[in-house]
Formats: sequence, C-alpha cells, structure tokens
Amino acid sequence: MKNIDWKTYEAEKIWDELIDTEGRPRPHGEQLARLLAGMDADDLASRQAAADLAIKEMGITFTVYSDEKQDAIDRTWPFDIVPRIIVKTEWDRIEKGLKQRVVALNRFIDDLYHDQEVIKAGIIPREILASSSNFRPQCVGMSPRFGVWAHICGSDLVRDRDGTVYVLEDNLRVPSGVSYMLENRLVTKRVFPELFENYAPLPVDDYPSQLYDTLAALSPRDLEYPEMVVLTPGIYNSAYFEHSYLAQQMGCELVEGRDLYVDNDDCVYMRTVGGPARVDVIYRRVDDLFLDPEAFHPDSMLGVPGLLRAWKAGKVALANAPGAGVADDKVVYSYVPDIIEFYLGEKPILPNVPTWRCMEPEALADTLANLENRVVKPANESGGYGMLVGSASTKEEREEFAKRLKEDPRNYIAQPVLGLSTVPTIIEKHMEPRHVDLRPFILSAEQQQVTMGGLTRVALRKGSLVVNSSQGGGSKDTWIVPIGKE
Amino acid sequence: MLSRVAENIYWLARYLERAENTARLLAANATLHLDLPRGITPAWEPLIAMAGARERFERQHPDYSENEVVKFMIGCEKNPSSILSSLRAARENGRTIRDYLPREAWELINKHHLDAGEQLDEGLSKRGRHEYLKRIILTSQTLNGLLAGTMNHDQGYHFLLLGRNIERADMTTRIIDVRTDSLLPLESSELPPFETIQWVSLLRSLSAYQMYRRSMQARVRRGDVLIFLFQSQDFPRSIRHNLCNIERSLKTLPKHEPAVRILYEIKTKILSTQVEKMKCAPLHNFIDQVQIALDQVHGEIRNAWFLPAG
Repeated sequence: MKNIDWKTYEAEKIWDELIDTEGRPRPHGEQLARLLAGMDADDLASRQAAADLAIKEMGITFTVYSDEKQDAIDRTWPFDIVPRIIVKTEWDRIEKGLKQRVVALNRFIDDLYHDQEVIKAGIIPREILASSSNFRPQCVGMSPRFGVWAHICGSDLVRDRDGTVYVLEDNLRVPSGVSYMLENRLVTKRVFPELFENYAPLPVDDYPSQLYDTLAALSPRDLEYPEMVVLTPGIYNSAYFEHSYLAQQMGCELVEGRDLYVDNDDCVYMRTVGGPARVDVIYRRVDDLFLDPEAFHPDSMLGVPGLLRAWKAGKVALANAPGAGVADDKVVYSYVPDIIEFYLGEKPILPNVPTWRCMEPEALADTLANLENRVVKPANESGGYGMLVGSASTKEEREEFAKRLKEDPRNYIAQPVLGLSTVPTIIEKHMEPRHVDLRPFILSAEQQQVTMGGLTRVALRKGSLVVNSSQGGGSKDTWIVPIGKE
Repeated sequence: MLSRVAENIYWLARYLERAENTARLLAANATLHLDLPRGITPAWEPLIAMAGARERFERQHPDYSENEVVKFMIGCEKNPSSILSSLRAARENGRTIRDYLPREAWELINKHHLDAGEQLDEGLSKRGRHEYLKRIILTSQTLNGLLAGTMNHDQGYHFLLLGRNIERADMTTRIIDVRTDSLLPLESSELPPFETIQWVSLLRSLSAYQMYRRSMQARVRRGDVLIFLFQSQDFPRSIRHNLCNIERSLKTLPKHEPAVRILYEIKTKILSTQVEKMKCAPLHNFIDQVQIALDQVHGEIRNAWFLPAG
C-alpha cells in the first residue's frame, strides 16, 4: 500500500490545521506529518481499527434517538486517531479570551436576575428578555455564591479561512463532551504511543479534580468533604456515559431524581442503604424545566419535587444554577461583545462570528435574500437540531425555512457560512481534510479554570460543517503543544 | 451507598450468575448425550422446565429437540433467562452503575456481552458449542475474580455476593428438582450403568463431579448426591454453603434481622432433614420450601434496602 503524500492531500481553499496550501506541514506539525507519511495505508488503517476496538471495549458510548424505531440506541463514539495540534502561545490567548467572556456572562446573568442595569443602559433591548424561553422568573433575586451562575461553560470555537478563531456559541446549561476529551487522550496513548515520542502535549486529566474543587467551593455547609452528587436524567440520556464517567472520576454518587427527596427542613437527602444522607452540592445534568416538578414542568419524572425550594433556601447548591441558560440564547450571543465592554470595560479578546438578528427587520430581509450563503440557527436549540446550512440546502428546504423565519423572527439568528478549518482525517485508508470545531470547558467558582484544549469535534461526512455527534460527527484528540523555549 | 445502586449491583450479579449456570447446564446435557447408549437420548425438555419457561418455549418452538432448546437457551432474545438476555441485562445493570464498578470490570462485562452476541453462530453449531459455553463460564469466573480483587469489599460488594449466592442456591434447587424427577425414583442395588451416568451428569451440570468424588469418596448414588448438594459445607454450589454466604453478607448490613430470621429457619431445616431418604414427591415439596424461603429472603432484601417501588 502507498504511503501518504501530503502533496496530494487536498486541503481545500481553507485553513488546514496541519498542512498549508502548498502541501507543506505547518511548523508545529512537521513531526506529526512526517510520522504519518512514514506509515503505509494499511498500518494506518489498522491503528484506526485498534482505536475503534478500544472504544468499543471501553464502552465509550453516546445515545442516539431513532424516530423510526422509537428507541434509544447506545452507540460507540466515533474517533479519529490523527490529533489536532494547537500551539501553546496561541492557546494562552484563547484561554484568556474565554475567561474574560465567562466572567462577563456571569455578571450579565446575575444582573438580569437583579437590577437589570444592562437593559436600563440600553445595551440590550428589554423585549429580548421578555421573550427569552430560558429566563426563569422563579430565580429573580437569587444570589448564588461568588455571583456565579454558570459554573461549567462549554464554548464552541471555530477557525475561519484566514486562521482567525471565533466563538460560535456558549453553552451555559448542561454542556457535555468533556469526558470524551479525557477518553480521547487515553485511547490515543493506547493505540498510537509513538506519537508521544516527539511531542509532549500538555495533560488534560486535571479536569475531574478541578471540577471537584469548583463544586466543593459551592457547598452551603463548611465541610472538608461535602456530599456532592451528579444528577443524571438516566441511562437513556445521550450523555449518560459522561454523567457516570464524571461521577466516577470525582468519586461521588451518580443519582437520578428518584434517589433524592427534599424533606420538611428544605434539605436534600438521598436514599441510601443506611437511610437518608444529606446532599450539599448537585452537579445537575438535567435541564432547568425538568429539575423540579413543583416549580417547573409538573409532569417531569426526572426531577426532585421541592429542589428549587431547597436551593432558594440555601440548603443545597446547584451547578449550573437554574436560569443560567438565559445567556445561552443565540440572540443574546450576538450581544456578548457589548456585554463584555459594559461589565468589564475591556475589548473582547475573542471575536464573535458576525451575526444578524432576524428580529431586526433589515437583518431579516438581508437573511431572506441571502439564505444560500447563511447559516440560520434557532435561538434556543442545541445539538445542531433545527438549523439551516444555506450552502448545503435544497431550494425546498430554503423555502420551508423562510416561512418559519417570517413567522417567528425573534427565534432566529443568521451567520455567514464560515470556512471551518480542517484537520487530516483517516477516511477509508487515506487522509482527507474534514472540518472541525473546538469545545473548551470553562470552570468558574472562586477561581476560573479552562481545560487544556478541549474537545475537537469533526464532521466525518465530506464537506459537512455539522460536527454534532447526533448528526454524524466524531472527535479527535486535541493537543496543546509548547514550542520553542517554552 | 445509594439504594438504587445496591439494587443494580445485586441484579448485575444475579444475571451474571444466571448466564454462567445456564452455560454449565447446557454443557453438561450435551456431554450426557454423548455418554448414553444409542437409542436413548437425554431429554432436553427438563432444561426448559428448569428455566420455568415451558409456555413461552412452546409458543415459539415446534418440539423439544436439541437444536430448538439450545437456540432458546443460548441466543433467544424473547427468553429472558437465555445466556444472551442474561448478559444483556447484566450489562444494562452494570451500565447504570459504571461509576461504581472498577473500570476493568465494567470493560469486561461490556466485552462479555458483545462477544456472546458476536460469536452466537459458533455457540449454536454443534462443533463450536463446547468452546462457546466454556468461554461464557470462564469469563464469568474471571469477572468474579476481578471484582473480588479490585473492588472495595464494602456494602456494595456484599450486595454483589447476595445476588450471586441467592441465584446460585436457586439454580441448584432447580437442577435437583428437575433432574430427580426425570431419573428413577430410588436407587436399586443393581444400577444399570446409564443411571449412574445421569447422576454424574447432574453433578457435572453444577461442576460438582470432581469435588463430590473428593469429598464423598463414594460411588455416585442418589442419596450421597443429595446429601452433597444440600448439605456440604465446603462445596461452593451446595445449598448450605450458599445460605451460609448469604447470611454472612446480610449481617454486614443494617436492619438485617427479618432476612436473617428466614434464612436461619431454612438452614436449620436443611441440616436436620434426611434428604437421602426422601422419595420423589416429598423431595419435590422440600425443594419448594427452600425456593419459597429464598424468594422471601429476596423480598426482605428489597424491603430493607432497595428503592421503594413506583
């Protein structure tokens, strides 16, 4: 079988993270490119097969819902063995930008539930708040410790044609993916140890202990080891693997709603073999509306009746705080640069993707006229559901979408179709460029911490820009690599 | 520990043990088949009776031929106690508590289930069946060892042991029940050779043959076999041995009195009964009592430590 020849690698007219447009490896990628070029296609394919097997045996899975079978399927996590490399100096700047962003977002959320200065100052129109499906009136006046509402944030970054890194969205509700970031490194070490001979990527495995410290800092009781739990919707949730993984890594219990109850003293208890045990901190991976049937959806089976009451009484900490998702709105997103300036008096370090708010008549008209060249997203969906990628759509799809846009413009934003950067990916024994994004995770309590890199998601379908696992995406190990004298 | 986790770990152990026992049973019956003279075929029907699945079986299968029974017991998804269904249930229980299990143990449970499914064709072929069943048994035993050697021996571990030992005791009673029913009622002085073979097969299906020889130092006779399987203190699949293990685990848990009381009664009864002299019908009744007691112990475990139903 033939070896890889990077000259024939067809990096399209966009930014490839490893190979430049002349077919030469970028400086930080020389060793990797050489190592890969030295392997023949069969060897490469067998490594990929070993990785697939390892993932299957390790039981790294996610769950997909199938409409046809009305069934939830436990699928193994698609993984590509070629890592994505980011130079440490660049990463330092990104990390700083992320911290800045999340500080501002937390100030913003706290403000919305108190005096709403940001609205009074005219930075954000009041009607956005009024029509936000993630604003929780039940939370008005609450002051979570440290003023932090979004303790765990996952922000999606993309790199455009010219190499600029943009923030595409912020996930402040129950962002997932960090467990795959951790497992990807393990799998790479298992099946491709040679890669580590020439590189020393910075370790990622501090995350569980950082998460532990972040959560422990929230405990209402001053205990050395507060009782912390991870609350999962259960085994059929798409991120169940991650919930169980994080509970295991932090050494705390993984609970479902039925394991907990709120007693008359407003404290939360879990049902154990030895009787009730009080819970101090809940890392909840259940959406707001399902958290507490007394306060939100009365028919939720996933929640714990009285949980919001316990939280408001200060008897238990919830991470993320209910209501944090108000800043997760994609219309709010478009204001983040202004939000940063307003609260911090600083220029944003990381730029937003240019965004048209369809609620503004001019923007709507422009979007409708240019649907082919726009990505249109609903304001409050996640997982890549309900969006239109103009460049990859049919005429019928665009017409259908235009109708929806006109009916409910507040619920949509439009962005240009970005030339998402690519990374070489093994497709049927040879290398092809595939589009990637990056989801780092930002922890906030007393202190802030950012994962070393994050989860690189890759769209495995040729030309596809959608990287979500529910839509045919996979992932890659992400390396932050010091170069030069660092 | 969480009540729900205790429950899951208990069922994980039961299903694993069930898969292993079913594999032993099938392997022993297949060997028996080869040992019997031509013209006399061992019945496969008792295996279905043992699993308590007669009705379900008859709905789907034309006859009690070897092929049909083996298919039903190894790979049938509609049979909740087939090897494959048991392993799937074990894995699902394991998956809900994978944060609690040692990582290697979870990975092996996962692989155990995947392998059993992928190699199913081999298991259904006459040629591959022996190896297939052997692998099921060995993997289950490896898992038991892995859990014993890597998991904290805390409350959770005792729920694991409870599940395993209750399932094991239950299976031993089922096997004795069905097998003594289809064998000749009482031994005569001149045993035709193939009757001995059937008793040997009974022992084999509990992997008890070799240990029986060592500990009873006797010919394989009905009375001795019954004494061994009910009352042996040392054999890990004898009913007495399992009951003692259950008792030991129960006593590590709070609020164990009601369960221990039931257990104690049945243990006393087993030790004070001359099982070797029991004829078919009384033996059957006696076994019924043991099974009812096991079921009551299970009920008390559920009441005391698992999540309230609904």
